[in-house]
Amino acid sequence: MTNPIQISDALTQLELAEAIRVSTREVFSTMLGLDPAPGEVFVEKGEAAPASGVVSIIGLAGAWVGSGSLSCSADFACKMASHFLQEEYSAVTEDVLDTVAEVTNMVVGNVKTQLENRLGPMWLSTPTVIYGRNFQTRGARNQEWTVVPFSVDQGRMCIQLCITPNPDAVERSSRPGFPIPRVLSL
Amino acid sequence: MPTVLDVLIVDDSAAIRKILQRVLRQTDIPVGEVYEAGDGAEALETLRKQKVGLVLSDINMPNMDGLEFLTHLRAEPAWQKLPVVMVSTEGTHAKVLEAVERGASGYVRKPFTADQIKEKLVGLI
Repeated sequence: MTNPIQISDALTQLELAEAIRVSTREVFSTMLGLDPAPGEVFVEKGEAAPASGVVSIIGLAGAWVGSGSLSCSADFACKMASHFLQEEYSAVTEDVLDTVAEVTNMVVGNVKTQLENRLGPMWLSTPTVIYGRNFQTRGARNQEWTVVPFSVDQGRMCIQLCITPNPDAVERSSRPGFPIPRVLSL
Repeated sequence: MPTVLDVLIVDDSAAIRKILQRVLRQTDIPVGEVYEAGDGAEALETLRKQKVGLVLSDINMPNMDGLEFLTHLRAEPAWQKLPVVMVSTEGTHAKVLEAVERGASGYVRKPFTADQIKEKLVGLI
């Protein structure tokens, strides 16, 4: 990404991408013993191309609103769980889906913490995990997603975030909806 | 240090409950039974049935979050001195302060290392 696209006066997409990089590397090195290498950041608008594998989505609300997600192949999700739980996983199980959800929670949660001092308080929803083949994800408001691809241990994953200032920010009452099912299988 | 310490782990992630249990077993603390709960309401129910000497709790959970759980817990005279360590992605000064004001005995931010958990517990137990 060559130009620092402005999300608002308070945040550029480059700054958001840097927060994603810092958070992802901290979570993966601390909890999984892996060192993910970030690739070229890009911006995605509207719906993503049809995908297969695992996607975990988490909502943000408060002074700013939006979503964050982690997407990867089923094989890479198994690899994550094997490192996280120190057990071997070769198929997508509840433990694997739960690992992807928790890693997303930590990555997006730490991006939120990095940004909160500048942007104001935000809250996280519990993550929802989607696992299947040939599905499509789409934001409801045609917003721009800042996408950071990572290569990790011969696998690949994308962490992406889409946040905008909340004109109707109301403390606590705008907390993202509970309860959200933790796992959805398609 | 007590002879055997029963522990309650409160987190909506089964994976994190599993990791915390493994970390606990790696410490010098003589851990006995480890009970698990997926949210604050379930944790209160467990505490009414089981006597434990330590609670590790997440904050962001469905149904009843960790802060509300703390408030209910500290309102009960029997649980006012029970050590409760919050283990959460919430890392701002304001959130840590809120947890402490509600009665948290300690705070560990996710992601955590086994040593960070051990260090926090050794000071408490």
